[in-house]
Amino acid sequence: MELLSFGDSGWGDELARGVLVTVTLALATLPLGLLIGFLIAVAKNSTEPLLRNAAHVYTTIFRGLPELLTLFLIYYGGQMALSALWRLLFGYAFEVNSYLAGMIALALVFSSYASEVFLSAFRGITPGQYEGAYALGLSRSRTMLLVILPQLIRLALPGLSNLWLNLLKDTSLVSVIGLTDLLRNTNIAVGVTKQAFFFFFVACSLYLVMSIISSFGLRRVSAWAERGQGSR
Amino acid sequence: MTYVDAPSTERPPAAARRRWTGARIAGLILLALWALLGLSIVYMLVVGYDPEKIAKYGPRILNGIWVTLHLVVLSILLGALISIPVAIGRLSHNPIIGGIAFGYSYFFRGTPLLAQTFLVYYGAGQFTDVLKAAGLWMFFRDAYFCAVLTFSLNTAAYQAEILAGAIRSVPSGQWQAADSLGLRPFITMRKIILPQALITALRPYGNEVILMIKASAIASIITVLDLMGQTRYAFSKTYDLQIYIWAAVIYLVTVEVLRRLWEMMERRLTRHLRR
Repeated sequence: MELLSFGDSGWGDELARGVLVTVTLALATLPLGLLIGFLIAVAKNSTEPLLRNAAHVYTTIFRGLPELLTLFLIYYGGQMALSALWRLLFGYAFEVNSYLAGMIALALVFSSYASEVFLSAFRGITPGQYEGAYALGLSRSRTMLLVILPQLIRLALPGLSNLWLNLLKDTSLVSVIGLTDLLRNTNIAVGVTKQAFFFFFVACSLYLVMSIISSFGLRRVSAWAERGQGSR
Repeated sequence: MTYVDAPSTERPPAAARRRWTGARIAGLILLALWALLGLSIVYMLVVGYDPEKIAKYGPRILNGIWVTLHLVVLSILLGALISIPVAIGRLSHNPIIGGIAFGYSYFFRGTPLLAQTFLVYYGAGQFTDVLKAAGLWMFFRDAYFCAVLTFSLNTAAYQAEILAGAIRSVPSGQWQAADSLGLRPFITMRKIILPQALITALRPYGNEVILMIKASAIASIITVLDLMGQTRYAFSKTYDLQIYIWAAVIYLVTVEVLRRLWEMMERRLTRHLRR
């Protein structure tokens, strides 16, 4: 237990800081992933085949690649591309931030799955909703914002909840590119103390606690989203 | 107020022409961007073609594909085996058995696979003496076996949920009908419930296989030289991004081919359900 104490002798504060990085990374990725996912879903739902195809290429790529590979491609590829660009423009090399690379890679993966969730939610909304809104004289954007989106959130929420839990777990991959998240700090602790099983078990438990807390939060959100549905 | 001309009654309405709508332009631009990206990747692979590198790392990458393949197949099969008792536990009305199965499934589905892999591979190092005494050290010393073990346990949790969910989805009337025909529960399960449940489970199983192929890349972090591992090795030697692109193409093609094949199989197997 002493190993987990805070301060110089224990690893409690390091692990806590790791949890903070993990949580903030997931929270920072979420809005970006949701936004891209929603836009991709709108594109997939379009009547225009060109736009639909462009959106499907996106999902095929980022759902087909291992998350780890996406992360490396963004991290090393971004590093090389930006370095070349920076050297051309300013004459010195550029260091890609592993936090930003992780965020972008996770957002790409999250959004490709989210777009499928949103798409099936779109299919759950009857055409009458659009027709009714147009009949009331609402513009296309206002129809989307005021009529479709509130229903879409309710329909998409179960799928998005799963994706959030996946996102929380996928953040562990950024430890490989050197971001000091929970797993990376655990690795450091293991390197010093040689108590591998103990520390990795603690890390797993912390991930479990995070997902349990998320589940409670998501249940509240889902209750809020279902507020207009009456009791069933 | 806008003034609209009354439609002329003499000419037939012009055939609807495809107009340059915003969506169409956006689609064209995005597709052009994809094409540009694809072309630049092809260009990069062609210009950067280096027979020496191919000769040096090609066989390693091929070997990596082979390792990934049997890692995934072995994990899926072992996972399927382990998932059966877990699924039975998940369906059990006994709170203790149900609780254990739930805990197992919750742990493996709620924590990152990478952390589980570290737990098994590095965690085993803490019990070297015990494992040596039990004769298991040979097993836990090898990163490949640790990866297989972790992946099997992990996919077993997911497969158990798929199986249990599919069995639950079979209406209880099927059980009652079998019961009234005097069939034993085991026969009912094997001949009536499972055939219907497995049809429902087909799609999730396919997804699980694909997720497993993608997740197997994690084995590379504990030094297993699978496709990802060999790619990382080659990259660390050459610092040539091409190698990652090749790996990406291989993974994409594998996943896409498998997805299409699975879809075909599903269509074939559910043809009696289509209306």
